Amino acid sequence: MRGFLAVYLRELLIIWHRLPRMLLSFSVSPTLYLVAFGFGLGKNLTVGERPYLEFLVPGVVAASSMMQGFGINVEINVARFYLRIFEEFQAAPISNWSYVLGEILGGVTRAFLSTFVILAITALAGIHLHFGPVFFLGVFLNAFVFASLGVTSAMLIRSHADQALVTNFIITPMVFLGGTFFPVEGLPAWARVPLKLLPLTHASHLIRSAAYGKPVPMVSLLILGALAFGGFFLAYRSVDRARD
Amino acid sequence: MAVAVRVEGLVKDYGKLRALSGISFEIPEGELFALLGPNGAGKTTTIRILTGLTRPTAGRAFFFERDIFSSPLYAKRLAGLVPQATNLDLELTVWENLLIHGLLFGMDRRSIQMRARELLEFSGLWDRRNHKVKTLSGGMRRRLLIIRALMHEPRILFLDEPTVGLDPHIRRRLWGLIKQIQTRGTTILLTTHYIEEAEFLADRVAFLDRGRIVALDTPQNLMTHLGEAAVDVVTPEGLKTKFFPNREEAEREAMKLSRAGETVTIRRVNLEDAFLHFTGRKV
Repeated sequence: MRGFLAVYLRELLIIWHRLPRMLLSFSVSPTLYLVAFGFGLGKNLTVGERPYLEFLVPGVVAASSMMQGFGINVEINVARFYLRIFEEFQAAPISNWSYVLGEILGGVTRAFLSTFVILAITALAGIHLHFGPVFFLGVFLNAFVFASLGVTSAMLIRSHADQALVTNFIITPMVFLGGTFFPVEGLPAWARVPLKLLPLTHASHLIRSAAYGKPVPMVSLLILGALAFGGFFLAYRSVDRARD
Repeated sequence: MAVAVRVEGLVKDYGKLRALSGISFEIPEGELFALLGPNGAGKTTTIRILTGLTRPTAGRAFFFERDIFSSPLYAKRLAGLVPQATNLDLELTVWENLLIHGLLFGMDRRSIQMRARELLEFSGLWDRRNHKVKTLSGGMRRRLLIIRALMHEPRILFLDEPTVGLDPHIRRRLWGLIKQIQTRGTTILLTTHYIEEAEFLADRVAFLDRGRIVALDTPQNLMTHLGEAAVDVVTPEGLKTKFFPNREEAEREAMKLSRAGETVTIRRVNLEDAFLHFTGRKV
């Protein structure tokens, strides 16, 4: 248990030391999305019966929490290849699950911080949505899934350049295609089916339904729960692969 | 006296490259044992295997007669590691680095506070405890790295090239620190390619060359093998060294060579001579 606490506390201390610049950097992308797609392009648009901005905010929360959750891979890479802190963890009498859980929750914490920044910007813009427990459960599961994948990729991929490839070819396309900026339901069936396979599509759906005060979409909730479980298992198994 | 570390036929292959070719040695409790060899000899690989960072290809190792590969958590609790690379969290403070290490090794908060204070005072870093590590000098970082490894009171301390790249005066200060750690009863395995470091610190030295231990004894015995005094002669082909059982014989030879017009120097035999003798090359 103390091993997990040590790994997570280290992430929290790093966040604490970097907090002002971190919050500032978390606000850049969401602000740009809201200004460009919300206030700029979509000011007079509606999706269903709601203004586009109300559609966009939960999508941006889903995309941002995904990015920050997955972004733990960069931190781990720096710790592993530049600072070599990973060796300190490997030489310590802690289990793999302690390490993995500590790092994943580090990613989840970053995701929540970015979510709070977006909610603050949203409140300033006068957008009112329902931010209840299911909304935050959606953020948590989404961040957990992608932080698990971030830990896995950091363990398996041995260079910064290859890490960037994963982000460019998998994460960035998902930001645009996972129900963030447009409703997946409006697409033809041939496009809709593959997009429904993306975890972010279900996260966007769950978070948006909660923000609208609609009933919980159980299928998306269960899929995200299963992916979180599977992602943790993958991350757990990948730690041993990082040892030479 | 108990055997703190026993290594039997340790082999490590990286693909087709054999980094360790079945090395074996024992370290009694409380001894400072040095692995001396050039870069690529297998020193760091040995330490990485014994501290659980690298899996061996073959062989066995024991801490206090318990197999470390079948009981890795037991082995990790007993061991402290000072790696070659300074793997400190630069953005965290000195205190926070020690706190994280203490938690990683299962210490409670009270023990962490008491131990961290003791070690910070011991190493002269108490006044820097709230400074971020990135503001410390290279020598201070090395001292922090050493006391971090001592936080959980390891019975066996692994020091991988602890003074590499440091100024001579800082190196000597660290030697004092390492000697003090040994006097507290800690068994130490040190790797180095600094001859004088092994000679000054080690109770016994193993010469490691191309993954094999080619000699293992006390520094004195390794040197005595060649004699007591050496005469270096400058020749057109390079420096040639002759060894003599005592200084008087060396002086007679030096006088003779000097009269013949050769440039000569008399000195005592050192570990480098012994290493050259056993391996055929310099460290």
